[in-house]
Amino acid sequence: MKFDSPATTNPIDRLKVVGQPFSRIDGPLKTTGTAPYAYERHDVAANQAYGYVVGAAIGKGRIAGIDLGKAKTAPGVLAIVTAENAGKLGKGRLNTAKLLGGPEIQHYHQAIAVVVAETFEQARAAAALIRVDYAKEQGAFDLASLTDKAKPNAITGGPADTAVGDFAAAFAAAPVRLDARYSTPDEAHAMMEPHATIAAWQGDKLMLWTSNQMIAWNAAEMATILGIPKENVRLDSPFVGGGFGGKLFPRADALLAALGARAAKRPVKVALQRPLMFNNTTHRPATIQRIRIGATTDGKITAIGHESWSGDLAGGKADGAVSQTRLLYAGAHRMTATRLATLDLPEGNAMRAPGEATGMMALEIAMDEMAEKLGIDPVQFRIVNDTQVDPEKPERPFSQRQLVECLRNGAARFGWSRRNPQPGRMRDGRWLVGMGAAAAFRNNLLTKSAARVRLDSSGIVTVETDMTDIGTGSYTIIAQTAAEMMGVPLEKVKVRLGDSAFPVSAGSGGQWGGNNSTAGVYAACVKLREAIAQKLGFNSAEAEFADGEVRAGNRRVPLTQAAGEAGITAEDEIEYGDLAKKYQQSTFGAHFVEVGVDAATAEIRVRRMLAVCAAGRILNPKTARSQVIGAMTMGVGAALMEELVVDRRAGFFVNHDLAGYEVPVHADIPHQDMFFLDETDPMSSPMKAKGVAELGICGVAAAVANAVYNATGVRVRDYPITLDKLLERMPDVG
Amino acid sequence: MKSFSYERARTPAEAAASALRRPDAKFIAGGTNLLDLMKLEIETPAHLVDVNGLALDKIEATPEGGLRIGALVRNTDLAADSRIRRDYGVLSRALLAGASGQLRNKATTAGNLLQRTRCPYFYDTNQPCNKRRPGSGCSAIGGFSRQHAVIGASEACIATHPSDMAVAMRALDVTVEAVRPDGTTRNIPIADFHRLPGDTPHIETTLQPGELITAVTLPKPVGGTHVYRKVRDRASYAFALVSVAAIVQRDGSGRVALGGVAHKPWRVEAADAELPRGARAVATKLLANARPTRDNAFKLALAERTIGAALTEAKG
Repeated sequence: MKFDSPATTNPIDRLKVVGQPFSRIDGPLKTTGTAPYAYERHDVAANQAYGYVVGAAIGKGRIAGIDLGKAKTAPGVLAIVTAENAGKLGKGRLNTAKLLGGPEIQHYHQAIAVVVAETFEQARAAAALIRVDYAKEQGAFDLASLTDKAKPNAITGGPADTAVGDFAAAFAAAPVRLDARYSTPDEAHAMMEPHATIAAWQGDKLMLWTSNQMIAWNAAEMATILGIPKENVRLDSPFVGGGFGGKLFPRADALLAALGARAAKRPVKVALQRPLMFNNTTHRPATIQRIRIGATTDGKITAIGHESWSGDLAGGKADGAVSQTRLLYAGAHRMTATRLATLDLPEGNAMRAPGEATGMMALEIAMDEMAEKLGIDPVQFRIVNDTQVDPEKPERPFSQRQLVECLRNGAARFGWSRRNPQPGRMRDGRWLVGMGAAAAFRNNLLTKSAARVRLDSSGIVTVETDMTDIGTGSYTIIAQTAAEMMGVPLEKVKVRLGDSAFPVSAGSGGQWGGNNSTAGVYAACVKLREAIAQKLGFNSAEAEFADGEVRAGNRRVPLTQAAGEAGITAEDEIEYGDLAKKYQQSTFGAHFVEVGVDAATAEIRVRRMLAVCAAGRILNPKTARSQVIGAMTMGVGAALMEELVVDRRAGFFVNHDLAGYEVPVHADIPHQDMFFLDETDPMSSPMKAKGVAELGICGVAAAVANAVYNATGVRVRDYPITLDKLLERMPDVG
Repeated sequence: MKSFSYERARTPAEAAASALRRPDAKFIAGGTNLLDLMKLEIETPAHLVDVNGLALDKIEATPEGGLRIGALVRNTDLAADSRIRRDYGVLSRALLAGASGQLRNKATTAGNLLQRTRCPYFYDTNQPCNKRRPGSGCSAIGGFSRQHAVIGASEACIATHPSDMAVAMRALDVTVEAVRPDGTTRNIPIADFHRLPGDTPHIETTLQPGELITAVTLPKPVGGTHVYRKVRDRASYAFALVSVAAIVQRDGSGRVALGGVAHKPWRVEAADAELPRGARAVATKLLANARPTRDNAFKLALAERTIGAALTEAKG
């Protein structure tokens, strides 16, 4: 199905099932511990052996010698694979660094060997017996010292640089100006389930039971790396215990399980050890950002400029921190620039709202600073500078843009009017109290997605697509879509996901999964409806599917009967025309945060948070809400604690476990709420839905930062905002 | 993990004797720290002496009016004991500020005293660490040292002791009771129990080879208001940047000990005498000769301000 004109009325609009707050249909499996996650799939292949990954001990250099002698003869050892004996490996297009290093070492904890043994403990013990001599080389590990050498680099969805009007002149002429530098640190996905794979070979065919967000990408990528035909690789990833972008691409677990299984001649399972994950895999790269805003005294932005520097391994790509500044606020004169430095740290890559999240962390502090300079309420300042068109290409309107409504609605719900614009004036016992706001803004991405739908004689509708559920609720919204389309209750729908043998879906990433994968299911269901109608001799345009029946005129046929003994199957794909070119499709929101800062210790604690979002049709308010509050929590982490600390001498992230890399715990999030505004977006898909999973993280860290400023009068522009950055400038303790 | 042999000890003296016979042995109780370290091969004992079967899990009144806490009393049980809550509030509060419910259910009193540092370089076996591999160097010096010691450290090690419980125990002046292989016992004042790193940071306590902690004895209650303030970036399940255990009497006198600043719970008796003069006076005495790194210099101001907050809280 080609979607190239705005959606009109369709069966989804009935909203009998879609749009209802169903609990996730896979919930019982998860709460009973019976959802099959990759490492626990003991039943899928007999005789599984265990692989243990050895990570490089240096940041950059070469392996001068590797002694496997003792490890080879250790109890239980079946095979050891290194770059020396792995055979020729190709380079995939999705990863910058090699998944199996050696002799060249590109980054710390790059995998250099996998030890396969009868038990996990034997593999681990043997891995510790491997002796490696390294020839260390000087590496580049400090982004701040390399900004001068950084080069222009395109970002996802746009060029490195953009310019409209005459920014320099307009900025110089603006009566009110801000010119500030911000920084965001390297961050880890730190998802609960580690990267894990069980691999088994049958002849030259490889089966991977793994944990992955993008099935088709990864089947192809693994084939490239292993040098085998794509059709010889099959992936199965029905459940994923968190990804956040860390499982978009194949990682060392999948490759080393495959190589280990080939060497050991039996199935092998590999999970990345937690202490390896932070340096072995990808991370959100650190940024340094400069933002300049010029405005008239009544608060109209006349000039806005955003520059960003990030680093990556040679051949890598830049963080797209400037992307949202291209679209968020009005202003006739504008510029953005993206520079990339070469670093020898582990590979930087996508993490939840890549670019958007980091850029909004800086931009939305800058907006708060500018509002203060102007003496305008920061919510009002954003409203004054709203735009309904792409400010770089004014001929492109937004398909829907309710930023102003989100800000107003949120301000009213939150009690924003009680905020004292003078910092440091609100007090509750030992706490200095402050409120902060920020816009939330993330684009909606369209990408084709296919599904297969089968109606059987018992009236069960089975959906098959390689879409993944990474904790987001894909199973549930896909089931709701099929139920709505076929006129059956939710429990009559079975959803099977994550298998590369199924039609290729959008996958999970960039908050594109929900809208696109359900639109693909919609397309397949339309085809199935047509096939059923045709079989029954109904005019398919008139056929109504409701209450388990097909109706046309005064004829009614139960679906069980329509299916017949053989059942009916249909498959289709949603494809998109140029609506996304003609219209900027985005999701919007407003974050409001109240913090307390301990007057003595400067400890920062979030007291309450609110987000109001407008993100197209909400397919399931319960799972969508979970996505947003989870993203808000992740934003609190980014604001207050998350930082991969670089050891600039040895070139690695020092705090590489969950004791050292802190993310929020329950006690950090005492009160959190979110609301969706009514919206349907006919430009997005027949579902009229948009992404929502990443909207929630965009801007929230800045709202926290702005609240800390409002509480204390101390402006911190370097994340995370920790007490040591406040302490010296805190108001005196009485 | 290296292979190890394992035995269940039947008496404290037998456990001590076993450990003396095997210099590569370790006692194991709750295992909340040791097992993690063994998996990472930071600890590589060849022999484990399991002391969980020893009847050391009681809290009993002493003739002196204090309490004798068995070495195996779990942190949860110790924090919840009504006598501890009534008379030694600072100890109960410190315990509850540490770790998580699951860990406190498992962790023992003696094990808590003996837990090892959380220095990230100690945890990464690729990196030099004098505590893990004597003579290899200290990576934290010149590296990431935000969590590290500001006082009492050495050129060999700037690690901190991570315990909250021990900080309260230092303020309470507990005595650590150990049994020797010959069955005799020895009492070690808490002030003398943990060592500063010096040039042997791998030796962390004054326990002699084979000695097994059997109990911790609290002196009779000292009264006063008990406060434990633990400062950290997140609200729970994090180690202290700085913590303060304070016991303040109505006349303003009292005791104060700091956590998160040194290789051991940090108390200077002369600083206690400054309590009536306020936080700055106390902090000046407590942290005289402090030598922070660039990353952790904030701890000096933080310690003073946290002492101030604790004193304010004590005054109610």
